[in-house]
Amino acid sequence: MSDVALRLENVGKRYRLGEMNRHRTLREALTLAAQGPLRRVKARMRGEATPPAGQETFWALRDVSFELERGEVLGVIGRNGAGKSTLLKLLARITEPTEGRISGYGRVGSLLEVGTGFHPELTGRENIFLNGAILGMRRAEITSKFDEIVHFSEIERFLNTPVKRYSSGMYTRLAFAVAAHLEPEILLVDEVLAVGDLAFQKKCLGKMQDVAQEGRTVLFVSHHMSMIRTLCPKTVWIDQGRLKALGETARVAYDYQEATVESGTVPLAERPDRTGDQSVRLRSLRIRPVEGGSVISITSRLRVEIEYESDRPLRQPRFYLDVCDVRGTGIYALDSDCTGSIPHMLPARGKVVCETDYMNVTPGRCYVNLAVFKGGMLSDRVDAAATFDVESANFYPTGVMHEREWTMGVIEQRWYPLDEG
Amino acid sequence: MISFQEERPPEFLLEPTEGWELPDFAEIWAYRELFFFLVWRDVKVRYKQTLLGAAWAILQPLLTMVVFSIFFGHLGNIPSDDFPYPIFAYTALLPWHLFAHSLTESGNSLVTNQELVTKVYFPRLVIPGASVVAGLVDFALAFTVLLAMMFYYGITLTWAILTLPAFIFLACLTSLAVGLWLAALNVQYRDVRYTIPFLTQFWLFITPIAYPVSLVPEKWRLLYGLNPMLGVVEGFRWALLGKADALNASVLVSVIMMVILLIGGLFYFTKVEKTFADVV
Repeated sequence: MSDVALRLENVGKRYRLGEMNRHRTLREALTLAAQGPLRRVKARMRGEATPPAGQETFWALRDVSFELERGEVLGVIGRNGAGKSTLLKLLARITEPTEGRISGYGRVGSLLEVGTGFHPELTGRENIFLNGAILGMRRAEITSKFDEIVHFSEIERFLNTPVKRYSSGMYTRLAFAVAAHLEPEILLVDEVLAVGDLAFQKKCLGKMQDVAQEGRTVLFVSHHMSMIRTLCPKTVWIDQGRLKALGETARVAYDYQEATVESGTVPLAERPDRTGDQSVRLRSLRIRPVEGGSVISITSRLRVEIEYESDRPLRQPRFYLDVCDVRGTGIYALDSDCTGSIPHMLPARGKVVCETDYMNVTPGRCYVNLAVFKGGMLSDRVDAAATFDVESANFYPTGVMHEREWTMGVIEQRWYPLDEG
Repeated sequence: MISFQEERPPEFLLEPTEGWELPDFAEIWAYRELFFFLVWRDVKVRYKQTLLGAAWAILQPLLTMVVFSIFFGHLGNIPSDDFPYPIFAYTALLPWHLFAHSLTESGNSLVTNQELVTKVYFPRLVIPGASVVAGLVDFALAFTVLLAMMFYYGITLTWAILTLPAFIFLACLTSLAVGLWLAALNVQYRDVRYTIPFLTQFWLFITPIAYPVSLVPEKWRLLYGLNPMLGVVEGFRWALLGKADALNASVLVSVIMMVILLIGGLFYFTKVEKTFADVV
């Protein structure tokens, strides 16, 4: 018997370029409005359909069709910018599809971010109610689950403290606790499990498994393939706005990881946000483990390939990478001047490679700022050029792993009682 | 049987929409709890970490009244329809501050709440609506000062006071009418944020607050009535002071103007609300 919970038919979403980042000023709008009729006449004379006034467009998502049955848990994977978030935003009704149709059978709850609408000045107790209401819970529902939420969040003692005084861990725990008690028929989850300390992550994972077993329909977006594998029997892979594959998680995830190894190169040539005199331009950056494959873990050695381009050969080049934590704390500086092993003269275009020793960094996301200097002058710099995730691995034989929030480094250690006798 | 089940209508259907329509009031009603939570949040948070706290709600209209009384009433000898000038000014400043405040808050509300707009679905109208209603708390505080002043000046209330809630409602609707336009425009054009302070300042002078309507030449009265705040201010004076000639043709024009602005605002807001998350 088929019992559809969610049906997408040829769904597409078109954005105007620049629409997401730029606020038009009134003056621009008036100019466009004034030009509008003329533009339309011209277009018609050329026999074209009316273009949206003066702007380039792109499809963030197109021709996506699939059905989800009640109680199914579907993983959504794809590279950054592939359209995963757009898909969730459409399903969550935050934005409207440009074409196609989505039919849903049941109340939708979305968790695109934990702590949406938390107000720093309000207490933990007050924020539970506010956040609950924002996520679509009824007051009575929140009241009845209040104790459970507080217990889950482990912040009992700070209930009457404004959340601006919370540590970020407490804040996240409370936020997730509210969200985890949301009980819609269809639940959309975006990456929210990748927060908090490891123990809490496990607890959240357990909660998500419970949710899945209760027969709730869940769409779960994540970069953590291990979580997708644990939680979702089926997975959809979105690539460049299109549905690339849909099927059993094991197979889709395998194909996806194979493909990402191939295309793990981040293009930088089109990035507008760069500084430096541009006498050299950074073209691409590729970060992968020296050992091969695509998963970077605590014990991986990093291999960074930087592709650059210039009009003339590079005299006294220096390549510099900051590897940072998501909060911006620097972890490593990879600097070609450290080793002095880059020649004083490099060809006008080419690649340089940096290989490191073992990472020894706690699991979590890292990002990379990249710069190139020539003769001591900054030629090109792209901040947040790429991100990568350090996956957990059994570093210590006990399986103990500390969290990024508290510590960055992982180090081999030996403990023993000092035998005075 | 199975086919019957398959043909049940979806509980929601998301499709591209076009054209103009009014907001789905039934849906807004379904979100009333969120509405009240947002009002509650706005009220709770407003004077956090301020020294004078809620006293600001009283000080603003009170100090404006004092300044007006000195410069317009005393030095400028502006007539005040035979009422003590401070009372005359304050009865108008009350709804004025409600309006100016609600307008500012609701006009900026979508931008200040963009975190919500881009992360969660609910009828967006709830946001500017809540901002307007939250303004009523300040109004209530400032109102107590009026009662004290009326007692001091020995002005007795008439039965007309019973109509005051209607005029408070009118003031809220007027704020919402203008606020909707500003909020929706603000999402796309941040110019609005800079326009609002200027707008309220300018609007203060074209509304009969510091001076009576009788100063405006007869032939300009109807044109003057195009200001939707005129109806509110004159309504307040009528309800509180029993000012006999307050309700006239220009007040009617003013109310009609408000209705037009409000309906237009609702249409416009609903039309652009779907794109808020993409644009903000």
